[in-house]
Amino acid sequence: MSKFRNAAALLIVLAAGSAAAETQTARDSAFAAGQPLGLGRAALPEEISAWNLDVSPDGTGLPDGSGDVMTGEGIYLEQCAACHGDFAEGLDNWPSLSGGEGTLDRDDPEKTIGSFWPHLSTVWDYVHRSMPFGNAQVLTADDTYAITAYLLYSNGLVEDDFVLSRDNFAEVRLPNADGFIEDDRAETEYPAFSTEPCMESCKDSVEITMHASVLDVTPGNEGDATGDAPVEAALD
Amino acid sequence: MDHRPGTTSRRGFMRAGLAASVALPAAASMARGQGTPDPLITEVQDWARYSGDGVDATPYGLPIQFESDVIRRNVSWLTADTISSINFTPIHQLDGTITPAGCAFERHHSGAIELAKPDYRLMVNGLVDRELVFTYADLERFPRRQGVYFCECAANTGMEWAGAQLNGSQFTHGMIHNMEYVGVPLKTLLAEAGVKPEGRWIYVEGADASSNGRSIPLEKAMDDVMVAFKANGEALRKEHGYPARLVVPGWEGNLWVKWLRRIEVTAGPVESREETSKYTDTLANGVSRKWTWVMDAKSVVTAPSPQVGITHGPGPLVITGLAWSGRGTITRVDVSVDGGRNWTTARLAQPGVPMAMTRFYLDHLWDGEEMLLQSRAVDETGYVQPTKNALREIRGENSIYHNNGIQTWWIKKDGSAENVEVS
Repeated sequence: MSKFRNAAALLIVLAAGSAAAETQTARDSAFAAGQPLGLGRAALPEEISAWNLDVSPDGTGLPDGSGDVMTGEGIYLEQCAACHGDFAEGLDNWPSLSGGEGTLDRDDPEKTIGSFWPHLSTVWDYVHRSMPFGNAQVLTADDTYAITAYLLYSNGLVEDDFVLSRDNFAEVRLPNADGFIEDDRAETEYPAFSTEPCMESCKDSVEITMHASVLDVTPGNEGDATGDAPVEAALD
Repeated sequence: MDHRPGTTSRRGFMRAGLAASVALPAAASMARGQGTPDPLITEVQDWARYSGDGVDATPYGLPIQFESDVIRRNVSWLTADTISSINFTPIHQLDGTITPAGCAFERHHSGAIELAKPDYRLMVNGLVDRELVFTYADLERFPRRQGVYFCECAANTGMEWAGAQLNGSQFTHGMIHNMEYVGVPLKTLLAEAGVKPEGRWIYVEGADASSNGRSIPLEKAMDDVMVAFKANGEALRKEHGYPARLVVPGWEGNLWVKWLRRIEVTAGPVESREETSKYTDTLANGVSRKWTWVMDAKSVVTAPSPQVGITHGPGPLVITGLAWSGRGTITRVDVSVDGGRNWTTARLAQPGVPMAMTRFYLDHLWDGEEMLLQSRAVDETGYVQPTKNALREIRGENSIYHNNGIQTWWIKKDGSAENVEVS
C-alpha cells in the first residue's frame, strides 16, 4: 500500500514541475533518500514458486518428495549416463560425478561430488534446475530426490536401499563438508605483496624455465592437439 | 613471420642505420625513398579517383576486412563442448581501454540465449517488504548510473598455473573485457522492494538453463553493483546478457550474471554449484578457498607478444599493455625487458580508473637483442602484482582461478615472441 502512496506523492511532485525551487528540492531528496518509486508490481505466489527454486545447505527451499537409489538409477541411466557414465564416472571430457576421494592435495585432484562438494543441497538444486544439459528443468522433485540418492550411492556414501526425502536430507553429510575456508588473501597474501618492489639489479641471473612452444597446443599453431588442461575442470 | 618482399632489405638497411647513428626515427618511418619513388604516392590510386561507399551502404557496420584477424578465438580442447565454454578477446590487437563488444569474450554455461525485451522479467523476492516483478520498461524508468569496469573471468590465465602453455596474450589473458555500462544501481531496486533487517545476502540468477546462481553479500550489493542494460553506448549484445546483466565492479566475472531474472534476498549464502564445485580455489594442502570474489591487481604486455611479433627491426618500439585491479585504481605499472632484473616505470595513458582497465606504454629503443618482457601492476592499496612463483609458493598449482602472476614474453632477435617462464 505504501508503495502506491509514494507513487502518488511522486506524481504530484512531478506534476508541480520544476518551477518552484522547494519542489525541486523535495523531488531530489525523494530520489536521494532511496524511497520506493512505485515501479514494478507485486509478484504473485505462483510466480515466486515457479522461479524460486534454490536450495540452501540447511535444506531451505526443498519441496516435498522422496526417491530411492534404484529409482534414481533408472532415471539416471535414461537421462544422465550418456555423458556422465553408467556409474557417474564421467565419459570423455564430460564431468565425473563420483570418485577421486583423497586426491585434493595431489597434483591433479579429481574433484567430484563425493571427493569435493561440501553440500548435498547443491546437488539437488543444480540437477533440478540445470540438468540434463540441453534439456534442463524436466525433472520432478521426486526424480531429483531419486537421482540425488543414486549419486550418493555411486559415491559409496549410502547403501542401495537408501531413500532420500526432505525429512532426512539434512542428515546427509558429504565427505568434504569441512574442506573450505573463506577467502583469506587479506591475511595470507596482501601484506606480503604490498611492499615497495625492487627496481634495479633485482636478480643475479634470469633463466628461461619453461616454453609454451614445447606444448604447442595454441590454436593456429601446427599440432593443435588435445592436451591436458588444468583449467578444463573450471570450464566444464 | 612477415616475408613480404622488401622487408628483409629494409631491416638490413635499418640495422646499418642503427650502427651508423642513433638518428633512427626518420629512417624507420621511411617506405622506399632513397631515390626510388613510392608508387603509392606517385601513382593515382583507385581510392583517390573513384567514389567510396554511400552512407546507405552500411546501416550497422563491421570492421574493415583487413582487420579480420581481430576476432574472438576459442580453444577447442579446453572444454567438452562449445555451449559451456569460453572464448578470448583479441587483446593483443586492441589499444586504449574500451573493448569493442563484437569481439569481447564470451563465457556461457548453457549457451548465449535470445531473450527479447517484451519477454524479460526481473523478480525480487525473499526477505523483502514487497516481492516485485519488473518488466524491461520498468527498469528504464529508474534513475541511472554509468561506469567503466573490467569483467575478468575468474579462470583467466588459469591454464598457466602449471607452466607456460598457450602462446599469446589473447589466450593467456583474454578472458576479459572492459566496457562503459549504463544501468540501475542494484540498491535502487532493492529499496523498491525494501530489504528486511534479517536479509544479509542476495542470490542472483539468470534466465538461461544454467542459471549461474551466485550469492553476494548485501554490503557489496548495496555498494556499487548495478543492473546494466547498455554497454559501450548500445544495448548489451545477446552473448553479454541482453537485455540486462549484473555488473559487479572488481569481482570475478562469474558473478556478473547475464540475462538476470531474479534477485532473492536471503539470510545466508545459497552455496550454489558455481560457488562450491566451481569458483573455489584448491590450495596445495587440499583445502579450498571459497568466496574469492575480488580480482587482484594484474597486467600483461599486449604488444609485442607472441601473436604480435616485432616486424620493423631495431629502433623505436612501443611496448604497451593493460593493467587492472579489483581493489581500486592502478597507480603504476613497471616494465622489465630483462626478465625482472631491472624495472622502468611505464607511462599510463590516463590516470587509473577504479576497477577498470588502464593502458600503459613504454617507449623503448630496441637494440635488436633478446628481451624477456614483463609488466608489474601496482594499485592504490599498495599491492604489487606478484610473480607466478610467489603465488605458487602460497597456493600450489591447483587453484585454477585467480592467476594474476607476472607474465613473461621472450622476444627473440628476429622479433618473434614466445610465452615462457623464467627463474
